[in-house]
Amino acid sequence: MSGSTRLPVIVTEVVEVNSLIKRFRFVREDGGLMPGFSGGAHTVVEMDDNGTRRLNAYSLMSDPSDTSGYEISVRRDETGRGGSLFMHSGVKPGMKMVISQPVNLFGLDLRAKKHLLIAGGIGITPFIAQMAQLDALGHKFELHYAMRDRELGAYMKELSARHGDRVHPYYDLEKQAIDLATLLKTQPLGTHLYVCGPKGMIGWVLSTAEKMGWPNGALHSEEFLAPPVGEAFEVELSKSNITINVGPTQSLLEALEAAGVDAPYLCRGGACGQCECKVNAVEGEILNYDHWLSDEQKAAKSHIMPCVSRFKGERLVIEL
Amino acid sequence: MSLDDAFKDPFFRDESFFGDYTYRNTPHAVNRFPFPFPEDDYMYSVNMEPHVSGRPGSIFEHCFDVDEHYVSEMRDRARVLEQDPLRCQSLPHMTLAGWDLLELIMEKFSEDYPQWFSLTKDGNKWHWINRPLGIDQKFTFLDESTLPMGPFEYITRQAQGDFTLQDQRDDNLWIEAGMVTSQADWSLDFDIGMNFHEWHAPVPLAHEMGIFDRALKFLLALQHGAPVRRFNWTMTVDPLLDTSPENYHKWGPSKTTMTPETIGKRQHLRVELQTLIRLPRSNAIVFPIRCYLISLDDLVTKPKWARRFHRVIKTVPDELATYKGFIRNKPMILDYLAKYDDGAPTSPGWWPED
Repeated sequence: MSGSTRLPVIVTEVVEVNSLIKRFRFVREDGGLMPGFSGGAHTVVEMDDNGTRRLNAYSLMSDPSDTSGYEISVRRDETGRGGSLFMHSGVKPGMKMVISQPVNLFGLDLRAKKHLLIAGGIGITPFIAQMAQLDALGHKFELHYAMRDRELGAYMKELSARHGDRVHPYYDLEKQAIDLATLLKTQPLGTHLYVCGPKGMIGWVLSTAEKMGWPNGALHSEEFLAPPVGEAFEVELSKSNITINVGPTQSLLEALEAAGVDAPYLCRGGACGQCECKVNAVEGEILNYDHWLSDEQKAAKSHIMPCVSRFKGERLVIEL
Repeated sequence: MSLDDAFKDPFFRDESFFGDYTYRNTPHAVNRFPFPFPEDDYMYSVNMEPHVSGRPGSIFEHCFDVDEHYVSEMRDRARVLEQDPLRCQSLPHMTLAGWDLLELIMEKFSEDYPQWFSLTKDGNKWHWINRPLGIDQKFTFLDESTLPMGPFEYITRQAQGDFTLQDQRDDNLWIEAGMVTSQADWSLDFDIGMNFHEWHAPVPLAHEMGIFDRALKFLLALQHGAPVRRFNWTMTVDPLLDTSPENYHKWGPSKTTMTPETIGKRQHLRVELQTLIRLPRSNAIVFPIRCYLISLDDLVTKPKWARRFHRVIKTVPDELATYKGFIRNKPMILDYLAKYDDGAPTSPGWWPED
C-alpha cells in the first residue's frame, strides 16, 4: 500500500547542455509512472562513487504533469567534493540509480495574485518546473533570469518559446542587470517573490524586498549548499557511544551514515532543519554553514547541523 | 449523483446514524474493529506510525478502508450537507490539492476494491464508476467544469470519514479545505484558515508536553510514499456520526438520558483512524479522519478489550474525560465495565485474540 521514499530508476538520457551543465532523465526501473510532483521540489540522488556513497539534492526541472520521467540539471563543480563530477563523468544512459521521492522546500504559494520568479545561473531549474505548473493552472507569473553569457544561459531558448515575453534574460557579460528596485516597485499587490541562485544574489533580492516593505510571507528563497570541504575532525556520539572520523571531503552526516547511524535528513543542504542535532559538549569552534540555526543557538554552541557544518578543536560530543 | 443502485450488494448495510439509530456492527465488523489501546492505560502521545498495509481483513489492509457501513455513511453525509452546506469548504487555492485527493482515492479504491470501483484513463479523459453509489462519471482531470461540483467535494461525498486538506507554507500547516460531517465535536467553519497551533489550541495538557511542536516538525517533513497514521478516540452516546458543535443542542442532552439499563446499547466507543498523506501536485497534506463506532455491548464480547477498556477509563485524567465529553457518565461507564474485568493480565497490542 504505502511505497517507499526511494525510487529505483534507470538513466535514459544524459544531455550536455553546455560546457558546464548536463541534464539527466530518469524513468522508473519497474516501468511504472513517476509520482506527480509540485514545482520547486527536489530529489536526492544516491551515487556510488567508487565505494563512497554520495547523496546530492537536485531540483526537479521537468514538467510536473509529465509522470513518465524526472529531469534534473547538474552544474559541474571542479572544486567541490565530487558529487557533480561523478554525475558528469560517471553517469551514463542505461545506468541504474536510486533517487528519493520528491521533497518540496520551495513550494509555490497558490494564494498569490502573481508569481515573480528571480533566477541566477543554475538556480533556474526549480523555476522551469514551477512555470510549467503555473502555466497549466492559468496563474500569472514573470521570470527574471540572470546568467553569465548566452552560452551558459541554459534553457533560455526553450523558455522563451514556451512562455514568450513572460521570461526576461540578463547576460552579465553584456553588462545587463536586473533593475530590482523598479521591478519590485511595479508589482501588483499580492505578488509573491521567489529567488533561487547564488548566495549573494539571494541576499541582495531578499534584503532589497524587505527594505521596500514586502511582507516576509511573500518572500521565498532556496539555496542548496553543497557541504563544504575542510579539515578532518572527530566527533563522539553520546547515545551510540562511538567516536567517528569525518574526512576532509565528507560531511558529518555522511560520516554518520557510513558508521551505520540512522540520522534524519531531508535537504542535505543546511536549509530544512531535519538533521538538527544537540551538542552535549564542545571544546573548540563549530563551523556553522547552515541557514537553519538561530544566532543564539550558534553563539551558545548548543546545536549543530550535520549535513553541512564542521568542527575545529579538541572535542565535540553530539546527542546521537 | 444517483443512489438508485445503492444497497444492491448485500454486503452494505441499510442503516441510520440518527433518529431510530439502526446502525449496527455485524460480527465481522466487531472482529475487525480498531480497538485503539495497546496498553492498559492511556495518555497522549504523538503515537504516529507508518501507514503500511496491515493484516489481511483488518482495517489496515488498504490505504482507505471501505466497509459495510459505506453506503449508509455516504447517505448520512448527503443528509448533513443538505442541512448545512458549510460542512464542506475549500478555499480557492486548495483546488489543486482537491484534484490530488480525487486521484488518490479513485486510484486506491479501484486498485483495492475492483468489485465496486473502476477508473479508466485516456490521458486526462477519465471514466469513474462507483457501483455501490450508482455513479458513472466521465470527466477531464484538472478541469472543474467537467464535474458536477469541485473535485474535493465530489470525491469526499464518495469516501467514508472526514477529510481536511492542509496547505504547507511559512513553516506551518494551514487547514484550508475540509469535508466534515462525522466529527468529534469540532467545526470546520470555525477552524478553516487556522494554522496547526491555532486549531489545536483547545486540546488540554498536550501543549505543555510539547507534543504539538514535535508533531508539526514531523509533519512538515512528511514525505511522499511514507504516509503515517495514529488513533484518536472519544465516547459518543448513540451511534451518531455528526456530533458537531453546530448541532450540539440536538445531541448534547442525550448524555443525560442514559441509564444503567441502556448504557450497553447506547454508549459507544468512537475511534478515529487518522492518516496523513503528502499530496503530489499541491504539496498539501491530506488528513483523512475515519470514524468507527462500537457499542459497549459489542466491545465486551472480546474479553481482552473489556478488561483493558475498564482500566483505561479508570486511569484517564479528569481533564481528558471532560475534554472528550464523558466525565458526566464516567462512573456509570466504569460500573458497567467493572463486571467484565476480573483483574487478569492482558497481552500487549490491540488485537483481540493475541
